[in-house]
Amino acid sequence: MSDPESATDSEFVTDPESVTAAESGDEPAVPEIDLPSDAFDAVLDALAGLAPDEWIRFEGFAVGVAGDDRAADADAHYVLEPAGDDSRTGLNERDLHAALADRAPAVTDWYVFERVVGEFGPRRAFLRWIEDADGATVAERYAALAAGIERAWGQLRVIATVTDRGERRYEVRHADDVGVPREELTAHDDPLEAREIVTLDGKGRYRPLKTAPTLRRGWVFPDLGPKELYETVETVYPATIANWHREREGELDVSHWRETMARQSGIYGVIRTWDRGEGHEHVNWVAEACCDDSQCLKRREWEYDEDTDLDVDGGEGVFPCREPCSVVVSAARKWTRLESEQPRTYEFDLTPSEKEQLEEIVDAVADGRTDEIREADTKEGANRYRARFLRAKLFDDAGNLGGVPTDPDDPDDPDDGE
Amino acid sequence: MQSLVIVAHGSHLNPESSAPTYAHADTIRASGAFDEVKTGFWKEEPHFREVLRTVEGDDVYVVPLFVSEGYFTEQVIPRELRLEGWDVSEWDSDGLSADQATLVASDVGREVHYCGPVGTHAAMTDVIERRAESVTGDPDVGEGFGLAVVGHGTERNENSAKAIEYHADRIRERGRFDEVRALYMDEDPEVDDLPEFFESDDVVLVPLFIADGYHTQEDIPEDVGLCEDHTEGYDVPETVDGTRIWYAGAVGTEPLMADVILERAADAGADLGDALATVRETTRVAAGD
Ligand code: SF4
Repeated sequence: MSDPESATDSEFVTDPESVTAAESGDEPAVPEIDLPSDAFDAVLDALAGLAPDEWIRFEGFAVGVAGDDRAADADAHYVLEPAGDDSRTGLNERDLHAALADRAPAVTDWYVFERVVGEFGPRRAFLRWIEDADGATVAERYAALAAGIERAWGQLRVIATVTDRGERRYEVRHADDVGVPREELTAHDDPLEAREIVTLDGKGRYRPLKTAPTLRRGWVFPDLGPKELYETVETVYPATIANWHREREGELDVSHWRETMARQSGIYGVIRTWDRGEGHEHVNWVAEACCDDSQCLKRREWEYDEDTDLDVDGGEGVFPCREPCSVVVSAARKWTRLESEQPRTYEFDLTPSEKEQLEEIVDAVADGRTDEIREADTKEGANRYRARFLRAKLFDDAGNLGGVPTDPDDPDDPDDGE
Repeated sequence: MQSLVIVAHGSHLNPESSAPTYAHADTIRASGAFDEVKTGFWKEEPHFREVLRTVEGDDVYVVPLFVSEGYFTEQVIPRELRLEGWDVSEWDSDGLSADQATLVASDVGREVHYCGPVGTHAAMTDVIERRAESVTGDPDVGEGFGLAVVGHGTERNENSAKAIEYHADRIRERGRFDEVRALYMDEDPEVDDLPEFFESDDVVLVPLFIADGYHTQEDIPEDVGLCEDHTEGYDVPETVDGTRIWYAGAVGTEPLMADVILERAADAGADLGDALATVRETTRVAAGD
């Protein structure tokens, strides 16, 4: 534990057992790691390909091949150079194995990231981020992994652990299923099976936006390797790791509202006419409607244009949104048409409760709460009986509110213009 | 590292739209022809704009899962993938002959091979025939049968009609079916009058569409008279004005489509080993099925 106050507290604990418990709870021990042969073979492989004066660097030490000995004594030419310590030369393969086995955590850590995870930027950065590999030491990480490191990615919870051979294993489940016994969840092992999980929400409705907070529950990927973890997360939330990685590298290519809409063609070309140089309030409304954290877990980084920020918060998501998505573009096309209409004055009478009820209905739909309103709960304005009563009372046979035609020239069609 | 990227339309409303894309991607993955197989969409995720940044390989083949050359393959996909210097003349196509163009995608600063759409590839003819086998359950279907290939007419896109005619002509030349006709949804010869165009008692009707959706599940069945209203459903075959119509649904759902995707990549230079043979074999229609 790094908090000095708690450390002081523990000094006053008299029961030796609880001291031990506190210590082990605070600073989990580095697990025993057996050096697996594939990790050792990978080191030998890498050594065979080294140029003179090149080193394979592990945390705290490096190994190499003594240039002169290369040809002369193939059996005893390895060099181990602990940082700030005496180097050891003339090691044969068995000596080298013993030395690396003593340092198995660092060697397996090298093996995981250099050989299993590989170079691909987004995957490597994500898997290193999971265990804070660019901040914490191998000892700290292995200790934390032994206890299980938990990370959040949208509605996913990832738990990273390490085996006694230094391999990383990952469990993925829905955040709301944390604490549910594994046996009660449907287990999957192929990352592509996540496609099934993300298609429909918990109520069986199609999810057009993968980052909507409507991921269904009840499943678990109990035992994934590093690449499979990456694939699973990328299947649930496509391209989020790639964009998060670009952002961390300072290279996120944000395309703001104006440039995105200017790029549209075909039936979406009309959207650019919605920007009339009279401010960006309409785009605030779009962002509030679609991009709020309650609707989408991406953190919106796009604004009206490069110089004009929207007035709506972008959200708290781990991964960024770099441009208006296709759902927003499609909705914007609809709004462009609707918003080109001129307001009219309609006159009809509502009781104060009826006005409030209309507001409650809009709120209930906008917040996706209609399913939660109980059938007989007539206190709720968006209750079905209440809504049916309002319709029976206020709509005429053609569906006009208050009997007032939407278009006075076409009194029979309240949905005119659709 | 060799990568395949299948790009398709997708839908905000209907999960059936992307289902064939995923199915064919899985078939190709299983064939082992590529180190990775990715999918990207216009209406789903990852979007065309972001799919290339999820690709690890350096030898990248992009195959559009679209039925014809036109707005999507010529404008939308190259723009959204950010293919530098793209111009439709790169394909030097007469509307049917787009093969591939190698261009740098500025999104990732790497070259990609941008292939022509699956729908105009010669191998697509085989998929239409295979679709007829699937829907009749007869790997030897042909004698005593007519075949109708249906799609949008020229009103939407001139090349869409070209693709339909191209395959209808090829199938007719092969002589397998007694009669072959190209029919259209929005112009003559119209699919609505299908029985008038055939003498055969049995006609297989294959829509040249990538996925099932509004057109193939509602529009065409109602227009042809398979049902009054699509919600009622229909039988296969269904008799309309004395003609037994075997309605196949979107040809793009046929497993052999994976073969056309591979052919496109192979034409652009991908090294596929024996994947083509494997895929043709694994997607066959079992006799008497
Ligand atoms: S545009 Fe808005 S709704 Fe769409 S992905 Fe970005 S943040 Fe989410």
